[in-house]
Amino acid sequence: MIRDFTRRSHHDMGGQKAGQIKQIEHDYELWEKRVDAMLVLLTSKSPKLMSVDQLRKGIESLPPDAYEKMTYYERWIFSITQALQYNGLLTTEELSLKMEDVQSRYETETA
Amino acid sequence: MNAIFNPGDPVQVRKGSPPGHIRTPFYIRGCRGRIERIAGKYRNPEELAFGRFDAPIVPLYRVRFRQQDVWPDYLGNLEDTLDVEIFEFWLEPSNLNNI
Repeated sequence: MIRDFTRRSHHDMGGQKAGQIKQIEHDYELWEKRVDAMLVLLTSKSPKLMSVDQLRKGIESLPPDAYEKMTYYERWIFSITQALQYNGLLTTEELSLKMEDVQSRYETETA
Repeated sequence: MNAIFNPGDPVQVRKGSPPGHIRTPFYIRGCRGRIERIAGKYRNPEELAFGRFDAPIVPLYRVRFRQQDVWPDYLGNLEDTLDVEIFEFWLEPSNLNNI
């Protein structure tokens, strides 16, 4: 019995059956624009802190269920975060502390 | 690294499915077509994807396929074609001329 786990990756869906495409425009939220800008800066030549190919690789590594449920820029920020951790620019501890900080500020401001 | 194929050359896409970051879509692997043009040379994105920013520079081609050779149940015009940009290391020479 051939057990083949790498034949076609989930994201590689060209030619698969699909439903109708919803042809609607939608505005981007501020955080989405920020994520887009962040990638432009991180992938610029001097200094090049990550590659667009790393962005793609990270998105492709998402489990199929998460890939389907996450929005476009949610997938981007997941992958950017992972690339910066791999490239040694961000420690998990730093990320955790900053997330807690932002969370508490959000709770204070919206209380 | 100089391009080994020229426009018009018949080629076959390799059928591999390694784990990694693959820049050749699944649906085109194994298909036969012809080189439409040499599309430049770029650092290998399959290696850049792992943070190796000094990855080797490799030739890229635009390869033209007949739709009927890509999709077994294709119902469109038999002359319809599909262009895919594919890196050289995914291509092998094809000695078959009926493409």
